[in-house]
Amino acid sequence: LVEVLAGVVVITSKEAVQHQGISLTMEGLVNLQLSSKSVGVFEAFYNSVKPIQLISSNIEVAKPGKVPGGKTEIPFEFPLQAKGNKMLYETYHGVFVNIQYTLRCDMRRPLLAKDLSKTCEFMLHCQPQKSKVQPTPVDFTITPETLQNVKERTSLPKFVIRGHLDATNCVITQPLTGELVVESSEVAIKSIELQLVRVETCGCAEGYARDATEIQNIQIAEGDVCHGLPIPIYMVFPRLFTCPTLETTNFKVEFEVNVVIVLHDDHLITENFPLKLCRV
Amino acid sequence: MASVQWHARVRKYGAELQRCRLDAVPVDLGDYHPLKPITVTDSRSRRGGRKGSTSSSSSSSSSVAPDPLSSMLEGTDPLSLFAAASASETPTLSHSSSSVELGRKRRENEEEVGADFEPWSAKRGEILARFTTTEKLSINLFMGSDKNKASSPSSAVSEKVRTRLEELDDLEEGSQRELLNLSQQDYVNRIEELNQSLKEAWSSDQKVKALKIVIQCSKLLSDTSVIQFYPSKFVLITDILDTFGRLVYERIWSMCSDPRPIPDSFSVEDVNDTAKETCLNWFFKIASIRELIPRLYVEAAILKCNRFLNKTGIQETLPRLTAMIRGIGDPLVAVYARAYLCRVGMEVAPHLKDSLNKNFFDLLASFRQIHGDTVQNQLVIQRVEIPVYLTLYSPAIHWILQCVAYRAPDVLLTEMMERCKKLGNNALLLNSVMWAFRPEFVAARATDFIGMIKDCDEAGFPKHLLFGSLGRSLACADPPESERLPILNEAWKVITKVRSPQDYINCAEIWVEFTCRHFTKREVNTVLADIIKHMTPDRAFEDAYPQLQSVMKKILTYFHNFSVLFSMEKFLPFLDMFQKDSVRVEVCKSIMEVFIKHQQEPTRDPVILNALLHVCKTMHDSVNALTVEDEKRSLALLINGFIRMVSFGRDFEQQLSFCVEARATFCNLEPVIIQLIHTVNQLAMETRRVMGGSHSRKTAAFVRACAAYSFITIPSLTSIFSRLHLYLLSGQVALANQCLSQADAFLKAAVSVLPEVPRTISVEGKQRSSEAFLLDFINSFLSTLLVVPDHPEQGVLYLVRGLLNMVQDYTWEDNSDAKVRVYISALPLLAAMSQESYLYTIPKVDSNETLYGGDPKFVAEISRLCETLIGQVLDHLKTLGREEGVRRQGSLAFSLFSTLLAHGDLRNNKLNQLAVNLWNLSHKNGHCDTRTSVRTLEHIKQQAQQPELSHLSDMLLRLSLQSRA
Repeated sequence: LVEVLAGVVVITSKEAVQHQGISLTMEGLVNLQLSSKSVGVFEAFYNSVKPIQLISSNIEVAKPGKVPGGKTEIPFEFPLQAKGNKMLYETYHGVFVNIQYTLRCDMRRPLLAKDLSKTCEFMLHCQPQKSKVQPTPVDFTITPETLQNVKERTSLPKFVIRGHLDATNCVITQPLTGELVVESSEVAIKSIELQLVRVETCGCAEGYARDATEIQNIQIAEGDVCHGLPIPIYMVFPRLFTCPTLETTNFKVEFEVNVVIVLHDDHLITENFPLKLCRV
Repeated sequence: MASVQWHARVRKYGAELQRCRLDAVPVDLGDYHPLKPITVTDSRSRRGGRKGSTSSSSSSSSSVAPDPLSSMLEGTDPLSLFAAASASETPTLSHSSSSVELGRKRRENEEEVGADFEPWSAKRGEILARFTTTEKLSINLFMGSDKNKASSPSSAVSEKVRTRLEELDDLEEGSQRELLNLSQQDYVNRIEELNQSLKEAWSSDQKVKALKIVIQCSKLLSDTSVIQFYPSKFVLITDILDTFGRLVYERIWSMCSDPRPIPDSFSVEDVNDTAKETCLNWFFKIASIRELIPRLYVEAAILKCNRFLNKTGIQETLPRLTAMIRGIGDPLVAVYARAYLCRVGMEVAPHLKDSLNKNFFDLLASFRQIHGDTVQNQLVIQRVEIPVYLTLYSPAIHWILQCVAYRAPDVLLTEMMERCKKLGNNALLLNSVMWAFRPEFVAARATDFIGMIKDCDEAGFPKHLLFGSLGRSLACADPPESERLPILNEAWKVITKVRSPQDYINCAEIWVEFTCRHFTKREVNTVLADIIKHMTPDRAFEDAYPQLQSVMKKILTYFHNFSVLFSMEKFLPFLDMFQKDSVRVEVCKSIMEVFIKHQQEPTRDPVILNALLHVCKTMHDSVNALTVEDEKRSLALLINGFIRMVSFGRDFEQQLSFCVEARATFCNLEPVIIQLIHTVNQLAMETRRVMGGSHSRKTAAFVRACAAYSFITIPSLTSIFSRLHLYLLSGQVALANQCLSQADAFLKAAVSVLPEVPRTISVEGKQRSSEAFLLDFINSFLSTLLVVPDHPEQGVLYLVRGLLNMVQDYTWEDNSDAKVRVYISALPLLAAMSQESYLYTIPKVDSNETLYGGDPKFVAEISRLCETLIGQVLDHLKTLGREEGVRRQGSLAFSLFSTLLAHGDLRNNKLNQLAVNLWNLSHKNGHCDTRTSVRTLEHIKQQAQQPELSHLSDMLLRLSLQSRA
């Protein structure tokens, strides 16, 4: 079962246009970039990994000739069939990984007239991967004792924060949900935030680079919230900037969420949860 | 033209009357009455008997003609018919503008909510007026530094996204505007500017900018500096949010309206994909707003748009947003967010009660936050006291409870009350419960509430406010009969201990209503005494006039019996507290209005009279040179109303002395003086009626006293026409009461005042010529003169001559015929005077007919007078002929002709000839009205049929109708 990309090429002009052929080019590319953090600046600049072509095809929609004046519509269809043994991935805009599908229409014109070209992006959503996702609830408790990489544990104020995420393998169209209860806290809370992070890994001959960057930060509590009262955790996954978790030989796109608690004395407490996104 | 000889026609009034009278037709009362439903059986058979009477019966044979109005409508009134028609047509009607549609929608929603739900718009103004500040405010706007989007745009970002990100940077580039030191008014203006720029941005298709403005505005709601102003800030900013919500909704709605508008009650299937996508886009955008409070408010603002996406959207979103508010730490910010959510919820989906309740229970759960350390620290920094701080919550909690309690079953209300009870320090909640719950509910448990109020902590929410809220409920709903007195006692025990006079009177004012409603004057008197006691020290009443006025208003609403009212010994002292003149007069006016409205019977109760005289005097004394005319008029109207209600029955002397007193008291208000003169005249006539027309010595003296009263009062009036008319009227009254010399004096006075009549008078603020008024008066004066007997010591027709002399000497307007018209109208009088028996006489007064008995010398005197007058008129006609006055000449000639015809004896040849000449003169220049001429001729023809007027037929031959040139 192959889906098709279908549409019409619309040509509008006042009078008849002479041309030497109109063609459509469809292309799907994965652009990988190495961050300057992982490798040296120059290396990053020169060594950026070659783009991976996922799909590419070209058709001629009109032979050289004349398009009459007014509005002309030429229908077309492309089968969405990946090249060779490649797979089609979902459209994704990240920092170091970009998966993008474009359709370009070219009209070649005789001498003295510029060729015309128009490009547009089209979005690809994966076929549902699994029929059903088993929710994997995660309970968590954050206290000074559970924290890692703390320098002076003694200077930390006392607090107990409990909560749960309803699932860490999330459906991308559904929000991330859960609850969080501040059971006690010596120091007033300033803010509680959910930080959505993408983890992009690019592999190449020299090794691989793994970078985590923030996608969005959603505040779920502001000020010294009432203790003991569950606060909802709720975050919608932004379109384009998220895609189902992706793992290929050349690159990986993964997501994590951080529950960030800022105390009034500017202590920052973070609890990290890896997510697995999918589409059903 | 030689001098004319006048001969008055001899009239037989009785015979003429007989002839002119319509044939009397006895009306069968059971038969026809215009107001009776028309029931016609067969009109033809009775028609003979009904000749002359107007009859609306037709020859229809229907037995009962239905009411024409109801028959037209076939049972449904046209308005509801139209409404029904338009309702059924709605889907097919084309909707030209979406805002109309929205308006209707809103109305429908309100219908769903019902008119008994006090809308937010009613609260808005109240909150803005109440929560104000003198401290400096600041607005902090970070335009363009939104961090809610992907942080670093990479090379591969799609074009669409890139442009959007550029837009974010471009707009008011990185402008972090911080406006400091704003006064409250500046702040309000700034917010209004933002509202405007939101609309502008929207209409110029800068949707991102619009969204940013909204986000920035809602961000202001997380700032609680200058906390006293927070409720007002909330009102201002939610206005912007409302605008935004409406704009987004209308936009998406219009997207679906292509090609044809979708119905009001559209379902998700009616929405096309573009609209859905746009709508979804808004929600995604809003979901990525970084900060909690803007995200919450903006999403709530466009809650209604969920209708475009799916059926259950609203009912899923509301609970989620409700839960989201738990994340707001500041209890004040949270409670207002809840209030906004409840408000939007009530507007969009009033049937979803659960989230309203949930909001309330969440509020209870986080209630202890109010007394938490964070809040306390903040209050210390801002130097705001706890009671003041707590009152900031009231509008929001009131609103939430109002939404929750709206049409809620008693069980739920009881449960809520129980939950409130369990919380410590619940005065704030208790207050809102009493405000928002049904008054009946509160009233039935009033005793419980008093108990709870007593248990409240002294330091927290002010108790007088609690009692105020309770009193407000009890003013509209009645507690059980047996509990009323204890309730009043308990409440007043607390109220009377309130120290601040302002707080005291605010609370007492509310309770006065309850007291008036259920108790007698004794309790009200006690309450008044207490108010006086509290408000007198340091002249505290000066700052509380509005409340005191409201107390007065409430008392007046419940006590219409003025003898009861004034027998309250504290009522007048209470009245004395209104010491500022304007307020005092206002209060007096309201008392008088109630008196006039509710006093049915005239009264002589000395308590009422004294008190009201005092009240009226107060009103009267407020009149000064600067008082505007309207104010004087309304005051005079009220005082007149009072005077009319005073009656001492048969004790006429008492009544007269009351009028004397009143005259002294109300000397500055002319309408009142006029009313008094009328009252006295009426008194004289009443005396006459009682005595059956013949006065005893005592009553004769009394009516002379009345006449004297009028006589000395009238000159004090400034309005000349009032004076003239009153002289005439009083003269007539005196005459009717056989006070001949008094009548003479009145009429003489009137004549002597005549020359003073100015040529123009002001009528309703415009200068008008007084001529018409003067002519009217003179005519009516002339008709009175018929019955006035001549003064024995003066010459014949002394008054008539006097009047005519005055008319002659009066400086009439140039080019005016008024003088001549008076002369012409004097002729009928003189003709009537020369009859053997007069047209009318006054019983027990001998008029000239008896005095002279038709003495030829008297008649000759009259004729001579007439001849002079006719001579004058003719002279005047001549002068008119020379000038451009031919039209006036014609009309004057015609009226003299008519007078001659009616009153002159035309058997006399000279007079006859004069009449014919006048007719010709009036027709000479073709200015006369042909229709009138034709009718006159017909009249003459008819008259000529009478034997004694047969000579007219000869004259008729000589009168020719001029054909129009």
